[in-house]
Amino acid sequence: MELIQKMLAGCDQSLARLITLVERDTPEIPHIMSQIYPRLGKAYFVGVTGPPGGGKSTLVDRLTALMRAKGFSVGVVACDPTSPFSGGAVLGDRIRMQQHYLDKGVFIRSMASRGSRGGLPRAALGVIKLMDAFGKDFVLVETVGVGQTELDIMEAADTTVVVLVPEAGDAIQTMKAGLLEIADILVVNKADRQGAESLVVELDQMLRMNPRQTWWKVPVLTTQAVNNIGMEELYQEIERHRQVLEQTGRLSQRRQEQRKGEFIKTIEQSIRTRLLELVTKDGRLMASLERVERGELDPYSASMEILNDKVLLQTWLCELEEQD
Amino acid sequence: MAEERRIRVLIAKPGLDGHDRGARVLTLGLRDEGLEVIYTGLRQTPEKIVQAAIQEDVDVVGLSCLSGAHRYLFPEVVAQLKARGVEDVLVIGGGIIPKEDIPFLNEKGTSAIFGPGTSVKEIARYIKENVKGG
Repeated sequence: MELIQKMLAGCDQSLARLITLVERDTPEIPHIMSQIYPRLGKAYFVGVTGPPGGGKSTLVDRLTALMRAKGFSVGVVACDPTSPFSGGAVLGDRIRMQQHYLDKGVFIRSMASRGSRGGLPRAALGVIKLMDAFGKDFVLVETVGVGQTELDIMEAADTTVVVLVPEAGDAIQTMKAGLLEIADILVVNKADRQGAESLVVELDQMLRMNPRQTWWKVPVLTTQAVNNIGMEELYQEIERHRQVLEQTGRLSQRRQEQRKGEFIKTIEQSIRTRLLELVTKDGRLMASLERVERGELDPYSASMEILNDKVLLQTWLCELEEQD
Repeated sequence: MAEERRIRVLIAKPGLDGHDRGARVLTLGLRDEGLEVIYTGLRQTPEKIVQAAIQEDVDVVGLSCLSGAHRYLFPEVVAQLKARGVEDVLVIGGGIIPKEDIPFLNEKGTSAIFGPGTSVKEIARYIKENVKGG
């Protein structure tokens, strides 16, 4: 594929087009991935997650500026939610990143969640690999930022930064599980606002009572991204986390687990889409579906009826094979 | 299996306008029509718009201009896209554009101009019917 060669040679237009192909889930993906695979492993992946309005985009923008000043090239993947009603999306993270538009060392791509609910679009894992292959030193991944269960980022990032604001104080109890658990670094942004200090204390105590691991103590930092305050400290903590991961062999272990997860997810996904496609063509199943819709049959018994029917499953298998 | 094709649009305001209500309304309206819309904010140079369009690999660039500089800015964006080898992007415009300027802008590569009072649906339909490339 000529596009891949051009991308590997540094053509940003080709990178953009390849990202589109991966986003569209085209049949070329296995070929693309196999071609770039030998070039992977150079980039370091930093995830930035947290509730909406916490300043994630601004923080990513300032962090990018800092990394550029240190001579590193940066890729940014900025995610926003897809409307469940229209399938459209407003992708507005770029607005905060304008200072980098003309910098050749920065590549920013906005992605819509497209049905995924875990904070990252399904194609994000492929996209960050493309950026790695393209030669970026750092890839910053900003999640959608709509919920507390945005755990996808764990499977994509080496270091996960969770960004909170002082007003989050009261919500901390409910946030113990999920979002806070995945943080390698906690950031209280907009720290000039009231309540920042007490939130830091609260988070610190919580982490001390409930440490997730002994080899890394999750730091709690204060920043004012918009005023460029605290960014160097944040960068240093990211570097420190990276060093600890590398020295203890955990980076390769983490990536091993990510690869495993990705492998299983890919299989699951492709079986699922192909099966669903078959199923919509299957008269027997459609009949059950109609009964379920009318409320005559409960969904559980209906699915068991289908799954217990060996003959039906056999036919599906044969049809799946024929597709190849 | 291939995802359903989603049309990606960049909405940009070139030049020195200080007012982007129209661009925002359109951004939301196009989202409701099922498009993915990237909005880059006020006061963009043609260079920045082109760079964003390339990185985002959009199908459409929508330019909004209220300042009167459209005769320079719109053709400049088209020319810079061409200079970077981008041929498959649909460029459309809107804002306060005198009728007599429209043929000139069309000739310079802005394929359609939508003035005040245009419905979002009309713009969405135009985009869906005219998007180029695969």
